[in-house]
Amino acid sequence: MLTATKAIEQPKSYLTDGYGLKSWLLTSDHKRIAILYLISITFFFFIGGLFAAMIRLELATPAGDLLESDVYNKMFTMHGIVMVFFFLIPSIPATLGNFLIPPMVGAKDLAFPKINLLSWYIYVLGGIFTLYVLLTGGVDTGWTFYTPFSTSYSNTYVMAAAVGVFISGFSSILTGLNFIVTIHRMRAPGLTWFRLPLFVWANYATSMIQILGTPVIAVTILLVALERGLHIGVFDPALGGDPVLFQHLFWFYSHPAVYIMILPSMGVVSEIISTFSRKKPFGYTFIAFSSVAIAVFGFLVWGHHLFVSSQSVYAGMVFSILSYIVAIPSAIKVFNWTATMYKGSISLSTPMLYSIGFIGLFTIGGLTGLFLASLGMNVHLTDTYFVIAHFHYVMVGGAIMGYLSGLHFWWPKITGRMYPVVWSKVAAVLIFLGFNLTFFPQFILGFLGMPRRYHVYPPEFQVYNVLSSAGATILGLGYIIPFVYFMWSLKKGKLAGPNPWGATGLEWQIPSPPPTENFEVTPVITGEAYEYHAQEVVEVG
Amino acid sequence: MWVFLLTEIMFFGGMFMAYLAYRQIYPESFAAASSKLNVTLGMCNTLVLIGSSLTMALAVRCAAAGSGKKLIVLFLILTLLLGGAFLGIKAKEYYDKWIHHEVPGANFHPDEWPADVDMSHASLYFALYFGMTGLHASHMIVGVGLLTFLIIRASRGAYTPAWHTPVEMVGLYWHFVDIVWIFLFPLLYLIDPHFGK
Amino acid sequence: MDSQTVHTPHPHIVPIPVYVGVFLALVVGTIVTWQVALIDLGRLNVVVALTIAVTKATLVVLFFMHVKYSTKLTKLVVLAGIFWLLILLTITESDLLTRTWMGVPGR
Repeated sequence: MLTATKAIEQPKSYLTDGYGLKSWLLTSDHKRIAILYLISITFFFFIGGLFAAMIRLELATPAGDLLESDVYNKMFTMHGIVMVFFFLIPSIPATLGNFLIPPMVGAKDLAFPKINLLSWYIYVLGGIFTLYVLLTGGVDTGWTFYTPFSTSYSNTYVMAAAVGVFISGFSSILTGLNFIVTIHRMRAPGLTWFRLPLFVWANYATSMIQILGTPVIAVTILLVALERGLHIGVFDPALGGDPVLFQHLFWFYSHPAVYIMILPSMGVVSEIISTFSRKKPFGYTFIAFSSVAIAVFGFLVWGHHLFVSSQSVYAGMVFSILSYIVAIPSAIKVFNWTATMYKGSISLSTPMLYSIGFIGLFTIGGLTGLFLASLGMNVHLTDTYFVIAHFHYVMVGGAIMGYLSGLHFWWPKITGRMYPVVWSKVAAVLIFLGFNLTFFPQFILGFLGMPRRYHVYPPEFQVYNVLSSAGATILGLGYIIPFVYFMWSLKKGKLAGPNPWGATGLEWQIPSPPPTENFEVTPVITGEAYEYHAQEVVEVG
Repeated sequence: MWVFLLTEIMFFGGMFMAYLAYRQIYPESFAAASSKLNVTLGMCNTLVLIGSSLTMALAVRCAAAGSGKKLIVLFLILTLLLGGAFLGIKAKEYYDKWIHHEVPGANFHPDEWPADVDMSHASLYFALYFGMTGLHASHMIVGVGLLTFLIIRASRGAYTPAWHTPVEMVGLYWHFVDIVWIFLFPLLYLIDPHFGK
Repeated sequence: MDSQTVHTPHPHIVPIPVYVGVFLALVVGTIVTWQVALIDLGRLNVVVALTIAVTKATLVVLFFMHVKYSTKLTKLVVLAGIFWLLILLTITESDLLTRTWMGVPGR
C-alpha cells in the first residue's frame, strides 16, 4: 500500500479525490466535512481566545483601567458564547467523530452524508450571525442570557446573538441524529455493540444528549425572542413572567451540554490510554455504560445552577443529591483508566501526555464540582471565581486536552503526516503548566470571595490575578504552537504509514490518509476490541 | 425519523412547560383569556386533523399493500386538503384575534374584559397561544410541503410495497403534528367550563 | 436507513377496520373532552381532559404510527422521548409547587 517516501507521489486518498473549492464545499464525504469543521472551529477557537486575552489583560490590575464596564461585559459574554457554542459543543463530534466513526464501525460514510454537509452549513450560518454581532457591537448579557436583563434591559444585540445560537443548535442536532443512526444501523458484520471502540460509545452517548437537550434551548431562545420583540412577560417579572423559569429551561439544556463537551473527550482518552499502555481498557463494559449513564443522569441535575435563584429548597436538595450521583460514572472512568495503565507498557507519546494530563485535571475539576454541588458551600461559592476555575478545569483541562490528545493521535491518519514530536511535547508541557497557572489561583480567588464577571476588584486579590494572567499568556502561546506545527506538517511532516502507533481499531487498517470510500471491501469482525499485548514495544512519537 | 421526532417532542415540550408554569400561576387570567377563543372552530380543526391522520394512515397502507398509485395519490391529496383546511381555519382564527386586538404587543386591548383580570397576564396567555399554535402551524405548513412532494412522486409510481419509505416517514411526521394538536386543543381552548354561558 | 425502515418482517398491513375504529375512537374522545369541559368539575377538568388526550395520543402512536407492530428498538425510542419530556415537566414543576413550602424569613 503506502510505501512512497517522496512527497511528490501522492497516493489516491480522500484529499486527492477532486480539487478545487467546489469539490470541498459540495462534498458528501464525511472526512472532508470533518476538515471543514476543523477549520471553522479552529477559527472560532482563536476568536474566543482573543476575548479571553482581553479579559485577562484587564484583570491584571484591580482597577477597571483597560476596558469600560460595558465593554468588559461584552468580552466575557462573547468569550463564553463563542467558546461554548461554536467551539466546544461541535469540537470532537464534528471533527474527530465525523472523520472516525464510519471507519470505526466499518462503514463507507455516515448514514446521511448530505445531512452531514447541511449541518456544517447550518453551523456556518449560525457563526455568521454571531460574527455579525461581534463586529457590530457585541452582546453583554453573559453567555447565559439571564432574563429579564437579556429580554428587557440590555441594549446590545441580544436577538442576533440568540439567533446565531439557535441556528447552530440545529447543526448539533443533525450531527447527533446522524451518529445515532450510523452506529445503530451501519456496523460491519461481526461488530457487536461490545466490540465497538469506546470512542464510538462516547459519541453515541453524546448524540443522545444532543438530540434530547438542544431542542429545549431552541424553544427557550424562541421565547426570549418573543419577549424581547413583543414585550410580553414570559420571563420578565415586571410583566408577570418568571425569570427562574427561564433558568430552568436554559439549564435543562446547558447542563447536559457540558456533557456533550466532555463525553467525547473521555472517549478519546479511553482510546489513547489503551493504545499507549498496550492494554485493553480495564472494565470496558463499565466505561461504555458509564458514558450512557452520564448522558442520562446529566439530564437530571440542571437545578444545581439554580441553588441561589429562589428555586425551592426541596427541589434544590433533590438536585444536589443527583449531582453527587452523576459524578459516580465519571469516577468509574478515572479508576478504569488508571487501572488500564497499571502494569501496562507505557509510552509517553504526545497524545498520551495530553491524556494523562486530562485525567489529573479532570479529576480536580470534577471534585471541585462536588464542592459546588453541596447546597451549603454553593451559597458561598456561587458566582465567584471558584465556579470559573471549576468549569475551566473540566472544559479546558478536560475537554480541550482530550481534543488535542485526539487531534495528535489521529493526525497521521487524517493527513498522512506526522507532526514534529519534540515541539509537540514542548507545547503539551507549556499548555499543562500554563493552564494550571491560569486557573488554580482562581480557585483561591473564588474561595476568598472574588465575584465572577467583575473587572474591578479589591487590591488584595491582585497577586492571584496576575498569576492567572501570566498563566494565560503561557497557555495562549501553548495553543499557538500546535497550530503552527500542524500547518507545517501538512507539507513538511514525515509521511506516516497506516498505523504509526501500532494501535488496534479498524481505522488503523486503512491507509493514511484514507481513500474516499474508506474500505475497498466491508470488513468482517471476528475478534474482540483492543487486542493488545503489553510486552509489545513499538516506536512511537 | 423517530430520532428526529424525539427532538420535536423536546422542542414543543419546552413551550408546554412554559404554558404549564404560567397557567398554574395565573389561572383566572388564563381562563378569561381562553374564553376568547372560538371553541367551535377549535373543535372543527381537531376533527379535521384527526380525519387527515386517518387518510394519511390509509395512504401509507395503500403504499405498503401495493393498492396502486391512484389510491395512494387520492389519500395523499385528501390529507393535503384536510391539512389545508386546518390551516385555513387557523388563519381565520388568527384574523379574528387580530381584528379584536387580541394579539399581544403594542396593540393589545381586547374588549369585553372582566374588570379584575390583569392585562399583562392575559397578554401572556395570548403570547403562548400564538407561540404554540404558530409553532404547530409552521410544522403543518412544512407537512403540506412534504405531502405535495409525495403526491408528485406517487403519481409517477415511485412507491411500491418494496419501497415506500418516504411515505412512511412523512406519515410519522404528520401523525406527530396531529398529536401535538391533540394536546394543544384541550389545554388552550377548554380551560374555563363556563365560557360563553 | 433508520430504525423505522429496516424492520424486514414487516409486511404487516393493518386492516382498514382497525384504522377506522381508531379514527372513530379519536372523534368520540374529542367530543367527550368538549362535553366534559362544559361541566364544572374543578381541578378534575384538566385531569379528565389530559387523560383523554393521552389516550388519543396513545392510539395514534400505536396504530397510525405502527408502533404496536414495530421493533423493540422503536418502542424504546418512543418511550425514551416521553420519559425525557416527563423529566423536564415534572422536575421543573416540582420547583414551582414547592417554592412556598419553606417560609421566607421575615414573612
